[in-house]
Amino acid sequence: MNPLKTVQVALKALNKNKMRSFLTMLGIIVGVLAVVAMVSIGQGASVSIQERISQLGSNLLFVRPGSTHRGGVHGGWGSRTTLKPEDAEAIAEECPSVEMVSPEVSTRTQVVYKNQNWNTSITGNGADILAIRGWRMEAGSFFRKGDVRGSAKFCVLGKSVVENLFSDINPMGEIIRIKQIPFTVLGVLAERGQAGGFFDQDDVILVPYTTAQKRLLGIQHIHSIVVSAVNAESMSSAEREISELLRRRHELADYEEDDFNIRNMADIQEAVTETAGTMTILLAGIASVSLLVGGIGIMNIMLVSVTERIREIGIRMSIGARERDILMQFLVEAVVLSLTGGLIGIIAGIVGSRVISSIAGWPTMVSAASIGLAFAFSAAVGIFFGFYPARKASKLNPIEALRYE
Amino acid sequence: MDNREDRKLIRAENLTKIYQMGEVKVVALRDVSFQVQGGDFLAVMGPSGSGKSTLMNIIGCLDRPTSGQYLLEETDVSKLDKKQLAYTRNKKIGFVFQMFNLLPRTTALENVELPLLYSNVPAKKRRRLAEESLALVGLAGRKMHYTHQLSGGERQRVAIARALVNSPSIILADEPTGNVDSHSGAEIMEIFKRLNNEKRITIILVTHDLEISKFAKKIILFRDGEIVKRKNI
Repeated sequence: MNPLKTVQVALKALNKNKMRSFLTMLGIIVGVLAVVAMVSIGQGASVSIQERISQLGSNLLFVRPGSTHRGGVHGGWGSRTTLKPEDAEAIAEECPSVEMVSPEVSTRTQVVYKNQNWNTSITGNGADILAIRGWRMEAGSFFRKGDVRGSAKFCVLGKSVVENLFSDINPMGEIIRIKQIPFTVLGVLAERGQAGGFFDQDDVILVPYTTAQKRLLGIQHIHSIVVSAVNAESMSSAEREISELLRRRHELADYEEDDFNIRNMADIQEAVTETAGTMTILLAGIASVSLLVGGIGIMNIMLVSVTERIREIGIRMSIGARERDILMQFLVEAVVLSLTGGLIGIIAGIVGSRVISSIAGWPTMVSAASIGLAFAFSAAVGIFFGFYPARKASKLNPIEALRYE
Repeated sequence: MDNREDRKLIRAENLTKIYQMGEVKVVALRDVSFQVQGGDFLAVMGPSGSGKSTLMNIIGCLDRPTSGQYLLEETDVSKLDKKQLAYTRNKKIGFVFQMFNLLPRTTALENVELPLLYSNVPAKKRRRLAEESLALVGLAGRKMHYTHQLSGGERQRVAIARALVNSPSIILADEPTGNVDSHSGAEIMEIFKRLNNEKRITIILVTHDLEISKFAKKIILFRDGEIVKRKNI
């Protein structure tokens, strides 16, 4: 029988028992759906991170204590206490390639407004942070150098904090308590959205770093320094200057390693993309397990199907079907099942990722490559798991098959 | 659809078939020799276990003898590989079983077309040949009916049409009337008689029913794996 005919015969056989065919496909559908949705979330995250990061200044440097340390954006603030605010001042004054600096400390804690509370991230910054980062205000004003010097208890809120603490009330001038200490709301940051779908950039409260050090954390050191270089071209000279300066200030001997690390945006972007990529693979891997289960389901049903149709196989053999005809018939049935399931799964996965996009707000991206891969996998699953039952069918003895009740 | 009468269609010489059932050896056929000419109508009779089904399986190329020679149209079947045996079953032999053995959830027409599918006949020709075959057994009007919508007698007639569709050299029928009522049984035997007389189709029929055997022209009687009597009617 030629291949086209085999496919038609297979389709006919599957069509005769639509319900069972559909139930068999269910495993594959769910598996492919999950893989497509997961990969689209992961890819959407990567692309969105890259877009966001490239939007940000390409002249930013981040100085952190501790030697080179891989980690994502959330990653460790360094357990070292070697970085001081005076280091930041020195960098601003003595490095010609550096334009502005902002010392930074961070923590997470409960904040309370009247009877509402919310757990969020508190970041202590210098007054220049807005200019350095290119952030905008939506309402009110940012704290000034004087406020920083005086450790004023002022704060600026991100949009998500406003939504969760204040709902529709205007937060301007209101008092919130951070770790029991009252802070006055000076302004609200403009919305920045979600970075890579994994964390909310608007879920943050900014305070002067001095206030954070003294009142919230009780520390003398700082967690990092955000630096803006004069322009994109002076990035490497800025890095060099900062490095030399800090080594001098920290009195490091020539043979000693840096007790700090300097990262630029590109490094961070790479690290984050890598993390997102790893997560995508992980998610896809987990989702693939259900694809595997779907394949096992196909194999089981095909085995049952072969057993149920032993008589039919005997009839076909008696009128001239060769072993190969029988093998191909059942194999094609399995592949048609898996490909159809794969197709439905892909469509459902695309729809699913759109739904996730609109509900959770995570960016998703379905690439042609991932669709092609999902398709190829479905076919492979069909061939692999369909082969054993098909072979079993083809090796039946026609006489015994005809006698089977 | 014609068979040449002078050619020896089947030449069976010293056919022996031995089965191994665990520890025991069962001799199903013992040194069986006979010949069939084109246009013959042969009835194979005998009690159960006498070896007639085993013989039919060997003639039908579903099984091989343990020893002996089986020549079908002067070709030594024992020299054929699985693929060639399948081809032989497709083109040269038409089976009619006691249990009809039609495909379920399939129309009469599709059932009859099935052997043509395996010999790669294109769709239009397939349909035409199948329709002609169904007409021969008087079922042209039922071609779109599904298997479960046909009576026992009709199903057997569809099976006969299927057996005929590839213009085989022989029709092998194993108790074809065993599962139908006597009226349908008579109809079916009339069809066989007509096919044999008018179209010169060679028919080998297994039966234990004396009345049925009277439709044939020759009888072979089996007992304990051997031919004990041959009779021309």
